[in-house]
Amino acid sequence: MSKIAQGTWVEIEQVVLKPEERAPTLPEDTKQTPYLLHVSGFLQAAAELGQEATIRTIIGRELSGTLITVLPSYNHSFGTTVPELLTIGTEVEP
Amino acid sequence: MSRDMSFAAVTARKNEIMKASLGIDFSDFITSPIAFDYERMMTETGYSHADIARIQSETKVGNTPLFELRNLTEAVRKFAGPGKGARIFVKDEAANASGSFKARRASISAYEAAKKGYKGMIAATSGNYGAAVASQAAQRGLKCIIVQEVFDSRLVGQPEIVEKSRACEAYGAEVLKLSVGPELFYMLLRTLEETGFFNASLYTPFGIRGVETLGIEIVEQVRARCGQNPDAVVITHAGGGNLTGTARGLQAAGATETRIVACSVDLGGLHMASDKDFNRKSFTTGHTGFGVPFATWPDRVDVPRNAARALRYMDEYQLVTQGEVFYVTELLTKLEGLERGPAGNTSLTAAVTLARQMDQDQIVVVQETEYTGAGKHHNRQLSFARENGIEVRRGDPQGNVPGKAIVIPERLEQVLGKVQDMDKLRRSYLKNAIKALPVEQWTETDYAFLAADIKVDVAWVKQNVAR
Repeated sequence: MSKIAQGTWVEIEQVVLKPEERAPTLPEDTKQTPYLLHVSGFLQAAAELGQEATIRTIIGRELSGTLITVLPSYNHSFGTTVPELLTIGTEVEP
Repeated sequence: MSRDMSFAAVTARKNEIMKASLGIDFSDFITSPIAFDYERMMTETGYSHADIARIQSETKVGNTPLFELRNLTEAVRKFAGPGKGARIFVKDEAANASGSFKARRASISAYEAAKKGYKGMIAATSGNYGAAVASQAAQRGLKCIIVQEVFDSRLVGQPEIVEKSRACEAYGAEVLKLSVGPELFYMLLRTLEETGFFNASLYTPFGIRGVETLGIEIVEQVRARCGQNPDAVVITHAGGGNLTGTARGLQAAGATETRIVACSVDLGGLHMASDKDFNRKSFTTGHTGFGVPFATWPDRVDVPRNAARALRYMDEYQLVTQGEVFYVTELLTKLEGLERGPAGNTSLTAAVTLARQMDQDQIVVVQETEYTGAGKHHNRQLSFARENGIEVRRGDPQGNVPGKAIVIPERLEQVLGKVQDMDKLRRSYLKNAIKALPVEQWTETDYAFLAADIKVDVAWVKQNVAR
């Protein structure tokens, strides 16, 4: 596995609370899951995906966790067409 | 000696962390587990409306346009009774820096944080407030951290919240993206403690005072255009700050007869802390998951006493279905040439249900809009619902079942909304007050506070507590 270079913008994952450490008043389905944190920053030292890594966030804070994404980006969209919306407000249907 | 960072230990240090991060000593206002001097707490922020308007104009906030929705009003009049069909206006709050009215709330907190010498600000919010705080912090030269609940255990993010993560990072904030869970507050406390930053809580007096200019502007603009006060102002209701601030502004401007109508999207049956339900909601705010609990007990928030107290000002509370809001959203685009996001469209939906019952010479104001975009757009939310196994169809909106079926009306007259029983909400508020302090220990001050806090007289409180 190739090492990601120091200074690269990456995303890390922290297990903030293991399932057994979580808040007492949780619904059943949430209780079984770890409480996870994702945060992005500049890699402080070269590391491999899936390895422990330290980042410096955009405001200069140092945080550590598992390296999960290189150059994280956003690809949320307007979604696939929802035909039910198309004719609303048109002469077809005032 | 490193401090115990466990969930219980950090939560136990809440008051100490809050006091350091807010710079307000709430105990100064508190007289009992129920009563506190609300008006003094609000005025002792030290900002007049003129100060607030000046501060907001410095950071591209306020004086947003008021548009009349003539085509939508005509469409309502086609089926409303004779002489019915009030004029619908909308306050385009999307024009504020960062695209929503939340900039009004963040602007005063940012000014206060800078004045008190804090190096940065933190807010725990998955909504527009994050981008608002990040945008205001950037303009005031402050660092910013936003703590958000973003993704479920499959690591699938709610598209509307993913867009907000993007926006906060765009304004230079460090964004802490969390999985589903109420421990968001624990994360906020830990981060406040580690950084010493200012807590830009939604629920401080600063946060609410900042919204009052919105109420004032509405009155001034409607008077200038129509020579009268608005008959009703419709407000999307979640945590209560939007309604509280706007209502206080309307009153400050002398519109004391204007009816304050809250509106939330009905998400009944979905659990707000459930990993499974998280991505089966098509609305991330302005829904009953927040609207009802925050109205019936405001002091469940990070600050010791919440400045957002919706039942103190609310005259009517309407629920609308997800399908009805999506329908009205599409109409706003197709009939009025405006593409706006879900929060404003929720109150716009209730404005339709009100306008059809009101006279043609009356005025209903939809008190906000918010921007829309990838992830937030109603087409994305509907396609996302389908991807999560929810049925989407056209038909009678009574068939909407949160988490199972979204039924988009076929005609505007099917948009009816559901008016809530205000007295029922007030009684459940009293039940929560009894949990805070047994009735036997209530003093006259407690009774007077409760009456004001749910907009009734003391006799009503005494009568309903006995039941």
